Amino acid sequence: MKKKEESFFSLISQKPWEDSQSILDNEHDGKTLEVSKEKLGVRTVMVVSTIIFSLFVVSYSDRMLIHDWRSLSEPWLLWINTVILVLTSIVFHRTKILVENNEFEKTKNSLLVVGFLSFVFIIGQLLVWQYFVNLGQYASSNPANAFFYVLTAMHGLHILGGLYFWAKVTRQLFKDNYNIIKIKQNVELCAIYWHFLLIVWFVLFGLMVAT
Amino acid sequence: MDEKYNNSKIETKAADSSSGSYVPSAESIPASEIPEQELYHAKSFWTRWVFCQDAKVIGVQYALTATAVGLIGLVLSWGMRLQLGFPETFSFLGPATYYQSVTMHGMIMVVYLLTALFLGGFGNYLIPLMVGARDMVFPYLNMVSFWMFLVAVLVLISSFFVPGGPTGAGWTLYPPQAILPGTPGSEMGIVLMLVSLSLFVIGFTMGGLNYVITILQARTRGMTLMRMPLTIWGIFTATVLALLAFPALFVACIMMTLDNLLGTSFFMPEIFTMGEQLGTTGGSPILFQHLFWFFGHPEVYIVALPAFGIVSDLISVHARKNIFGYRMMVWAIVIIGALSFVVWAHHMYVSGMNPYFGFFFATTTLIIAVPTAIKVYNWVLTLWRGNIHLTIPMLFSLGFIVTFVNGGITGLFLGNVIIDIPLSDTYFVVAHFHMVMGIAPLMVIFGAIYHWFPLISGRHLNQTLGKIHFWISFVGAYAIYFPMHYLGFIGVPRRYYEMYDSPYMTTGVGLNQFITVAALIVGFTQILFLYNIIHSAFYGEKSEKNPWKANSLEWHTPEMPPVHGNFGKDLPVVYRWPYDFSVPGIDREYIPQHVAPSEVPTAKVEKT
Repeated sequence: MKKKEESFFSLISQKPWEDSQSILDNEHDGKTLEVSKEKLGVRTVMVVSTIIFSLFVVSYSDRMLIHDWRSLSEPWLLWINTVILVLTSIVFHRTKILVENNEFEKTKNSLLVVGFLSFVFIIGQLLVWQYFVNLGQYASSNPANAFFYVLTAMHGLHILGGLYFWAKVTRQLFKDNYNIIKIKQNVELCAIYWHFLLIVWFVLFGLMVAT
Repeated sequence: MDEKYNNSKIETKAADSSSGSYVPSAESIPASEIPEQELYHAKSFWTRWVFCQDAKVIGVQYALTATAVGLIGLVLSWGMRLQLGFPETFSFLGPATYYQSVTMHGMIMVVYLLTALFLGGFGNYLIPLMVGARDMVFPYLNMVSFWMFLVAVLVLISSFFVPGGPTGAGWTLYPPQAILPGTPGSEMGIVLMLVSLSLFVIGFTMGGLNYVITILQARTRGMTLMRMPLTIWGIFTATVLALLAFPALFVACIMMTLDNLLGTSFFMPEIFTMGEQLGTTGGSPILFQHLFWFFGHPEVYIVALPAFGIVSDLISVHARKNIFGYRMMVWAIVIIGALSFVVWAHHMYVSGMNPYFGFFFATTTLIIAVPTAIKVYNWVLTLWRGNIHLTIPMLFSLGFIVTFVNGGITGLFLGNVIIDIPLSDTYFVVAHFHMVMGIAPLMVIFGAIYHWFPLISGRHLNQTLGKIHFWISFVGAYAIYFPMHYLGFIGVPRRYYEMYDSPYMTTGVGLNQFITVAALIVGFTQILFLYNIIHSAFYGEKSEKNPWKANSLEWHTPEMPPVHGNFGKDLPVVYRWPYDFSVPGIDREYIPQHVAPSEVPTAKVEKT
């Protein structure tokens, strides 16, 4: 039985005391949305993270108006890191297509490439930090620096969190008896999360380059 | 009176129409489309009681931890009251201790007691049971959530033992003073507070994911959104608010920690101290206030909405009447939740913001009173001509309504800029928020504990001790906070650790001592309550199944207290809402949610 998705507002304007509604309600299977709980979980996490980053962006925009703001000049290394992150997302997208086509051996290799690139990105970000520290640009030197360190750190922590789940999926896949449906879903969810973090990075990096 | 009422109701209903009854043919059990959840079955003592993934045990763990830290908050309030009532009498009190007590009392009560108890405690225990699920959707994450909370509490408590003691910046932790020398605990205390709050937010997000997704996706068959008990609606909306609001606290905590440890200036302006300039420049303390209150105001409703929901169920069950205007109650909860995000700056009227900004926030604040008032009317109309049983949960519910109206009305005054400005820094505000988000939710918590204790432990709490607990708490709360309103009116400022012989104290002489004595008595009564809980858990009168004759699913598990997995072999199937009390047309007094229409063919459907 395929259900029609109803909007939240129409759901809460139902009249449960009416006979026709009551018959429909007795047939209800208990799910509100036609998504898996894992997918809904990832979406919720992305909403919460979006709010966190948005509040940082708002604080950034508020703080940069004050006269002591000295813009940071982004090194070329940061552009390379951005390219690496884009590559990670592309590979992850390819991994998703591979796993959907049941090509599990190729998926394994592809997942390893994703993990490798992600770690390279994080090391790259740390190199940028080292570059700034060598220049004497500490977090306390200027609010722009402080925001740079905080934003990159928050983004990096999100990637590390994603890598925890990436490791779980990869380990599942390297075991012999894996659940194909679960693997497919988990790879897809990780890919969505990586795309999300790429978009977040575009926003943050764009903000820092533009100001 | 009840009989007469019932008769008249049957007549009107019978005359109404014949279409009111359920059509028995409508009763077909659909095949379950959702596969049964795989449960983790505990094998050892450790995994069963300590690192447990059963939401019920996690709920109890949350509740016990919150109560333990709440007791510390209670003792701190005694310290404050002793200092205010009898200054310079006790050698262990002084300015620093006073401010530290105020700060820790506020933060503990709001975040670590009320939020954790309502969402972590009641949420974990009741959500799976009430929606007919075997457990939360992510049991492992749920367990991690509790342990994060425990670590957050331990970090908070550890700040009592570090050099300089806990922070004394006030529970709002406003920079720059929170991290400048001169404020107690500016060394380590504030850092531990901020770390603890960050951990709390991370832990809560894990729990919140569970609550929201369980309610949305893991309900049993037939349980539509509009058949859920209002308790679940309250907890659901509050959790959504928490997921959206806690990030603001998290962001503020991170930036302030860096201001403190690394010397950044997110919030720190240019500061001269002792003739020297500190390294900070240009930061905006107001930005912190915005972030804090963007979390802080929804936080009020994170505490209030579960209370609204629970009290609706308590009133309905103990007045044997369906809740008046169920749909309106749901809408009010949702609307209050939505509006709570656009009122935060009414906490900042005196921060020097643009007057038009204040005008906007005063308007939204007054608008939020409308759905809130609807809820109060609906509670009163539910009681109207109900078969009111003056059980202890009902007493506490009645106490809640009165107290909430009281605190809500003073809120209307404070929501107006022009009245708020003279009252802002007085005891009027203290009295207001203690009434509306201290005493009122506590009344609900107490009522809920008396109501659900038989479910959790299989035994009743002692009724005599319960009545003593209610009357002393209720009368005592008014003895404490009514005089505070008066103190506020005559201009006694809050945040002063001693009033000395200030002119405004001449008319209020003796009041502070009176309040202190009342607070001590009320405080000791809570210890009586804890004794009641501990004693009754082991030696209390055994409860029969479903002692309150309630309809919702948690009372209809095969065993009471419910075991791991909650329901027996098959999950219950729901055919009605949980408020079918005194339904006309049948000989039974209440119809549980899982009773099929064919079992009560003559029951008339009641409009809501």
